[in-house]
Order: sequence, then structure tokens, then C-alpha cells
Amino acid sequence: MSASADATVALKSRFPKASDRASLDYPALNLPPADVPAALGALRAELGFDFLADLTAVDGSMTASPRFTVIYHLYSTTAHDYVRIASDCADDAAPEMPTVTGLWPAADWHEREVYDMFGIRFAGHPDLRRILMWDGYPHFPLRKEFPLAGIDATLPDPEVVAETHASVKPAPMAGGPFVATPGRMNLGESEPRAKDESWSERREKPGQPGAI
Amino acid sequence: MATEHVFPDTAAKNAAGEFETEKMSLSMGPSHPSTHGVLRIQLELDGEVVTKADPVIGYLHRGDEKIAENMTYNQFVPYTDRLDYLAPLANNMAYAIAVEKLAKLEVPPRCQAIRVITAELARISSHLLGLGAFGIDVGAWTVFLYSFTEREKLYKLFEELTGARFTTSYSRIGGLFRDVPEGWLERVNAFCDQFLPILDEILQLLTRNKIFMDRAAGVGIISKEDAIAYGVTGPNLRGSGIPLDLRKDKPYSGYEQYEFDVPVGATGDAYDRYLVRGEEMRQSVRIVRQAVAKFPGGPWYAENAKKIFGPRKEKILTSMEELIQNFMLVTEGPQMPAGEVYFEAENPKGALGFFIVSKGGGVPWRLKIRAPSFCNLSILPKLCVGAMISDVVSILGSLDFVMGECDR
Repeated sequence: MSASADATVALKSRFPKASDRASLDYPALNLPPADVPAALGALRAELGFDFLADLTAVDGSMTASPRFTVIYHLYSTTAHDYVRIASDCADDAAPEMPTVTGLWPAADWHEREVYDMFGIRFAGHPDLRRILMWDGYPHFPLRKEFPLAGIDATLPDPEVVAETHASVKPAPMAGGPFVATPGRMNLGESEPRAKDESWSERREKPGQPGAI
Repeated sequence: MATEHVFPDTAAKNAAGEFETEKMSLSMGPSHPSTHGVLRIQLELDGEVVTKADPVIGYLHRGDEKIAENMTYNQFVPYTDRLDYLAPLANNMAYAIAVEKLAKLEVPPRCQAIRVITAELARISSHLLGLGAFGIDVGAWTVFLYSFTEREKLYKLFEELTGARFTTSYSRIGGLFRDVPEGWLERVNAFCDQFLPILDEILQLLTRNKIFMDRAAGVGIISKEDAIAYGVTGPNLRGSGIPLDLRKDKPYSGYEQYEFDVPVGATGDAYDRYLVRGEEMRQSVRIVRQAVAKFPGGPWYAENAKKIFGPRKEKILTSMEELIQNFMLVTEGPQMPAGEVYFEAENPKGALGFFIVSKGGGVPWRLKIRAPSFCNLSILPKLCVGAMISDVVSILGSLDFVMGECDR
């Protein structure tokens, strides 16, 4: 058995709430949020998975519940293998997850990015603020309800806004990514086209701001 | 280091309140030449010594991960060019392998060999720029001119192969954009032959250069423990003396058949990171030579994957079945099974990872890019504290990051 398969077996015996997660490559486990820091700590200190390769989140869909899943990828620098740990956030409206910055300082920026993009709060994070978008940006762009083109938002500096009346405008979709809608036999509908054609450079997007 | 600049009577004068100082806030970047793009560091200074550093990133954020959720797998290939835009060929390869892993598709040996050659040439090109820019940062202009001459030769090779010098978009899911043109491999070999002596010349400009050593040696030391804890990868990790290289440890694309060494540093300072990059270029030349020497024949794309790799142009124009196949591929994308995969490749800047969540069909549900520059930069607040402002410039140069990848 591979090192990561051994590790998941060991974890399952120690954390009875852990369950196998479907995966196409490395062994993966589902854990409840409360167990995450302890389980990752055990993986790091005892089972040799000492490198936090990646930390991210997935939005299941607008209707799914639990909606947000935080995914950790750990790498073993001795056995050269990966393991994937996933944990569903309990509350769909105000998702939260305990921080692992105490185990890896690397998690600091990753958790800030997940907060920035999905709005998942990491309890106990020393400095949880936006990292890629600016402070005060009102939306969470990688949530599924956020449109690809973006939403009207004010600029970060109110002084600049007062002077210039400028704002961040959504990108025009004309020429945008062309993806066909699969499973339609009507040629007009299955033709690849920009997904949202309700507006363009010439026509304002209806119902701004916050049309979604 | 701060302690070196303490005068003997400092303690007494401090006690008398003679040295009361006020901390100064300095915004370095986002358009400072040493920040290699649009990184901004909010520094807090005590005199010339940094007491706090807060990197502000995101100036180049384009929402690549959001874009990926809205287009087919092959449509995203050009976006991977713009991650680490100094080594687009390596990004193309990493992305293609990640999606192929999802499809459980093995590309033929010839395709793997071409990808290895292009990725290693991209590594040389990226490291050449890294060294040249590092040299400029610390006042050695000449290196840049030498290394750019060599990069130009590489760009000629890239242009011949892919049609583009910079944004190559060479990989496709299940294969490549095209086979290598006639005589290209010989020209790659010729480049390697003339490159090694010039590389020695370039490195001689810096390796025993007194000014360069003063600026780089002992500056920005990353300990082994810190390197692991902060998720540092690539030459920056190996500079700290940890021999981790995914090409050796988790070989992909046939890297297991090539002989090469993994150079490591001793102290983990900026100078060691420079030395590691220099040696890595020599090792890349070794890999390229081996790959060219035993260049396999056979197909250069996965021929059996009709739902993933598009048919040849001449077939599309003459056969109805291939025309329909092409139409389906272009409109709906290569069909993937549902599931989750994670793949990391050893890119010039470090481990570039793609985490793909698929719900089936031709469009990913979620595509996360694990950008090495993002993780490597996260150690900056720790590295800069206690350094002089001029050391910050050396540290940034030696970390060799790309903001296109960091901000995505």
C-alpha cells in the first residue's frame, strides 16, 4: 500500500467521523470541520505529510447543501505522495472553517485567498483580510452566483471616486468565452456563443447594480 | 542585519532617550523596478532597517480560475501561457497533463519527449531571465545583456515550433498543437552546444564577483524548516538544501528515463538560490540532449482518444465523420469523466499545481491553480524583517517570482 493509503487508514481509525471521499488519483478523506486541525496535525507530525501543497475551496452549487467544501492537499517530502482532505462547511450562508495557520504558516495566504474568493471565514486566522481583491470589495468572485463579467463596484478610495466618479465596470461579454449548451438538438441553440448575451458594449446590462 | 549596525554606546544613549526614533512607512512598488511587475510591499522602517513588511498582491488579478469554469478545457490553454509568462511551454505541459490525468489518458512517448524538451528549454529561458534581472537588481547590468542574447536564440526555436515567441499555447489535451518541424531537433542540439560555454561565461560574471557576493551572500536566509512550513518550492526550496524535485520524486511525462542531478544549496541565502539556478540550467541541457538523442518515433498525439484530441485538418475537410467529431470537440469540449484530480509539475519557479473538479462534460466545474510564485512570496514578511532596504531588493531578485502567476 502507498504511504497515503496507509495514512488515510490510520486517520480513519483515529477519527471515527472520517469517511472515504471519491477521488480519481490520491486517497482522499472527508472530515467534519472540527476534526480538521487535529487530523492535519497528526498527518504532519506523525504520518509524514509535512508539506501543505495546496489549500482551496469548491462551491458545490447555489442549491447544494452543504455548499462549500474546503480542500487540503498534503505532500510527504519523505514518501513523495499526496493525500487529499476535504471538509464541508456547516453553514451555507456564513461558511466557516477552523484555521490551520498554526500548523503551516503557508496556510496564511491560502486561507486569505479562499476567504477573498468564497467568503469562507477561517476561525482563529491571525489576519483574515482580502488578498487578491482590494479591502472593502463587496463580492466573493468564485461563488457560482457571481457572473463571469463581474459586477459594478466602487473603487477602493472614496477620495478618488469623489473626484473622478469612476467605478469598476463589468467586462463586456461580446466575443466572450464561447461554450455550447450540450444536449440540445436545435442547431441555433447548440451553436457556441457567449453565455450571457443580455448586454454588450452598446447596451447596458439590465438591472445593475446587484442584478444577480 | 540590524544588530551589526548597533554602536557601542547605543544602550546608554537609548536609556537617556537620545535615540528616540519614529518608524517610517514606505510603499515599495507596485512600479518599483526590483518588484518584477506589480508587487507592492508596504514596509515599516526603523532608519534603513525593515521592521515589518506586508506584501500587497492582486494588481494583476484577472480571475483565471473563474474564466476556466466558463470555457472548455482546450480553450483554457492560452490562459496558462499567461500564468508564468516566462515559461509558457512548461505551463502548457503541466495543464495538459493534469487534464489528461482526469481523462486517464496516456500520451505517446514522442509527445512526452517533445513536452520534456520544450519544458526544459523554457526552464533555461526562465532562469536566464531570473539571473539577468537579479543581476540588474544588484547593479550588474552586463549579465542581463548576455542572458537576453541567449533567450533570443531560444525564442527563435520556440517561434519555429509553435508559431509564437512568447505566448506559445503549444499543448493540447491529448497531444500537441503540431509535431516538431524538420531539422528543429538539430537546431536544439546546436543551441545546447554553443550555450554551455556562454553559460559558464555568464555565471563567471557573478559567481566570484565581490559586489554581487556582498549583496547576495548571507542575505534572505531561508532555513530548511521555514522552507517546508511556508510551502516554498522549486529552486528556492533547493537553495535551502532540500533535494525535492518532482521530476525525480514523482516523475511525469517520462522524466524517469533521463539522468540529471538535483543541485541544492548549503545555507539557503540569496547567493545559494542563484547558484542552484545556474546549475539547473546545465542539468536542463543534459536532459534536452538525452531527449533529443533517443527521440522516439510514432504518433505525436493520442490517436485512440477521438473524443479528446481533434482530428487532423485534412481529414476534417474530406470526411464527414471527422467533421462532426471536430464540431463536437470545438462546441462542447473534450468529454471528461466526473471526479477530482490534482497534479503538480516541477516548473522553473516551483511546483505548479492544477486541482480540477469535473462534473463530466467539456467544462471544468472548478479549476484551482496552485501558483508557485504565490506560495514562494508568502515567506516575504518573515524574510524581510531585520533586513536593510537594499537587502529587500536582493531578496526579491533571488526569489525569482512572476506576478502573472502569483495573482492569476
